[in-house]
Amino acid sequence: MNFPSWTLLGQSLLSGIFIGSLYGLLGLGLSLSWGMLRQINLAHFALAFLGAYLTFQLTTVVGMDPLATLVVILPCFFAFGVLMQWLLSRFAISPFNSLLVTFGLTVIIESSIQWIWTADFRNLESSYGDMKFKIGTLYLPLPELLTLLISIALSLSTWALLRYTDLGRAMRAAAEDGQIASAFGVNQRMLALLLSGMAAAFAGVAGLCLALSYTLSPSQIYAWIGVVFAAVMIGGLGNPLGPLVAGIVIGVAEAMTMALISPAWAPLVSFSLLILVLLTRADTI
Amino acid sequence: MRLSLPGGIAVAGLALAAVPFLGLPPFYESFLYLIFSAVVMATSWNILSGYSGYFSFGHGAFFGAGMYTTATLAGRFELPFLWTLPAAGLISALLGVGVGAVVFRLRRLRGELFALLTLAVTFVLATIVLNTPIDGGQGVSLSAVPLPAILSSPSSTLYILGLGMALLTLWISYRIYGSKLGTGLFAIHDDEDVAEVMGVPTFRYKLMAFGLSSGLAGIAGGIHAMFISYVTVGETFSIIVPLNVVLMSVLGGTRHWLGPAVGATVITGLLYGFTAGDYPVAGRAAVGLILIVVILFMPEGLLGRFIPRLQRRRRVTAVTAVTAVPPATVAAPAPAETLLKISGLAKAFNGLQALDGADVEVRRGEILGLVGPNGSGKSTLINLVSGHYRSDSGNIVFAGRDITGLAAHAVARAGIARTYQIPRPFAHFTVLQNVTLPAMFGRAALDRVAAESEALYWLEFTGLGDKADALPEDLNLHQRKFLELARALAAKPSLLLLDEVLSGLTPSEIEHAISTIRAIRDRGATIVFVEHVMHAVMELSDRIVVLNYGKVIAEGRPDDVMRRPEVVTVYLGKPHA
Repeated sequence: MNFPSWTLLGQSLLSGIFIGSLYGLLGLGLSLSWGMLRQINLAHFALAFLGAYLTFQLTTVVGMDPLATLVVILPCFFAFGVLMQWLLSRFAISPFNSLLVTFGLTVIIESSIQWIWTADFRNLESSYGDMKFKIGTLYLPLPELLTLLISIALSLSTWALLRYTDLGRAMRAAAEDGQIASAFGVNQRMLALLLSGMAAAFAGVAGLCLALSYTLSPSQIYAWIGVVFAAVMIGGLGNPLGPLVAGIVIGVAEAMTMALISPAWAPLVSFSLLILVLLTRADTI
Repeated sequence: MRLSLPGGIAVAGLALAAVPFLGLPPFYESFLYLIFSAVVMATSWNILSGYSGYFSFGHGAFFGAGMYTTATLAGRFELPFLWTLPAAGLISALLGVGVGAVVFRLRRLRGELFALLTLAVTFVLATIVLNTPIDGGQGVSLSAVPLPAILSSPSSTLYILGLGMALLTLWISYRIYGSKLGTGLFAIHDDEDVAEVMGVPTFRYKLMAFGLSSGLAGIAGGIHAMFISYVTVGETFSIIVPLNVVLMSVLGGTRHWLGPAVGATVITGLLYGFTAGDYPVAGRAAVGLILIVVILFMPEGLLGRFIPRLQRRRRVTAVTAVTAVPPATVAAPAPAETLLKISGLAKAFNGLQALDGADVEVRRGEILGLVGPNGSGKSTLINLVSGHYRSDSGNIVFAGRDITGLAAHAVARAGIARTYQIPRPFAHFTVLQNVTLPAMFGRAALDRVAAESEALYWLEFTGLGDKADALPEDLNLHQRKFLELARALAAKPSLLLLDEVLSGLTPSEIEHAISTIRAIRDRGATIVFVEHVMHAVMELSDRIVVLNYGKVIAEGRPDDVMRRPEVVTVYLGKPHA
């Protein structure tokens, strides 16, 4: 095996951090709804892709700036999340059944995407795509850099919200023991609606980042599930910083595997990590 | 004559076997083959996941392992195709048992974690296959592999193989459904801890189910490799395979052997209908919508909704026909003999010393009252003796045999039965089935028929005879407590551990329960009972052991022990000077 150059390694490390931050961003909403609402929301991925396609549509057809599309996407997705929670809470379903129901939803969203935008690959061509920073011999593409910054900002502010505000404390109390929290005057239903709305809005943000850096096709929805679940489980359910940290660890590990061994072996890293975490920490998650 | 469900399936199978001779275009055979394949996949998945409740998302991995086994053996090593099928089944079964042996060791494996683990296994396997010469990234072509001429055309041959496999899988699933293994798996589904304590070897049963389930999927994969004749990693190990399998089974009903087959037929037909009508995208959306509607409005599935009513009706007539047979009474031996000897037993939970070197002796034929304030270690003692927890140190010798560290089901087999303070019946079992299970798996180890009449006897004994066909949710607390008692008794234990059977009962119900416990002892059982209702303890116990902070502080005859100052202090506090 010939050892790759330091530049290549450095670039791999960077790209690992970049993709890891997207894992973290996708995992943030997933972790919140799993850890705090006890719902395994598979539809989160489909929602993120819907967001990506909407960004694509608004940018290329309407001519908006990619970042400006959030003005449209965030409220819509928030409303969708609230609506979904409102529906699901009427049926008091188990975590496992929530997985099946949201899978159904995933399939419906995927079909809708395919129907509207066809199964062809779509690529968002924005002014961001061409912008690159250069530090020494390393390139920092702007879309990836944006993803990293957004992911850090959202994870940190969610963490701060849950930790330092009354609203966040009430959310954590409701997640810990809903009945007791209700007895102390916490409006559990409202909080659940809010949390679900937030998670869905996060999916919209993740969608924007997906659209900026990746080529879109409906079937790609499923490609992210395994790796992001790994980040969520490793990061700890309901912990807003967990997915980001775990995502970057996985991303870097994958990138190093690609650089040092072979790109095709990369999936083994995340899933072996996932299996290991599940086996050793099944009691605590 | 009324045709039974399995009989009907057999007749339908024979009729379908005639299809290749009708001279239809190959297209029909291929379409039916796809249904058969889906039936095998969904039904085999259900043997583990539907019966035991551990939903696997890794069925695609076992299907894929079978496909690649056949592809490798037939495509590269040119083994005859039919010979590769047993190998495909074996490899997949071994893979399933291997995964199960690791995963089922986890004490608190929740359903969603099992689903994720099995899904992760799928992707790991896919990566390995892709990067090794098994696939090499190119895919494996089987177009050069000769298909044995079972029937005149290749499509007919694959059709008949698929049909045979579907019938075999349905038959196996049906047999397990009515077998001891099936009963054990359904008990695991409802409450795994209780099943284990009642004598179900849960670990072994789950492994057996996993092995069978994955093995059958492997054979189906082997046949399917030949059907599609070009095997690629991307198509084989996708997340779509397991999700479709789960969808089919849930739609049809996972608590019935035929449910998944019904779901598989409906979904395959539906998807095909949309594809043929040039609306494949709409078809997928429709499947998604069906899944949502079924989970929300019919979580028990199509068959789960319609079949139980029929079964319940048939059950009633069967029960009234059986007359209760009294069990063999055990002659009460000399009371001095030691039945259970606990020495130096200790157990800590996260640093909290629940039991701190307790020594307790139980003599054959006596009623031993175990008392002490809340948190003194009484329930921990019961949990340790019954094998639910493993002790940190100390010994438990039962009937001359060291049972320390034995698995709970082995302890049950040895002749120890327990009740739970908060009744934990199997929610989907009828009252009679709830009591029949321990008679089958406990010390008595009866066959189903004998176990049922044994169960009926104890239902009469505890006054639940007319509730035999009710579900536990229809019982009040008093009746549930007696159901717990009947379950423990049906195992014919030589030692009975009663954990607060009287708590929550009204005074008149307590009197009834006390006379019942006396009657049980008169039949030769030895009883240890944990209780807070003091007058019952004083009235029933031959001896009393008092625990405090995990240690035995007093032991002896009831009226004597309760007068001792250290016991009074524990219960009432220190007198002020």
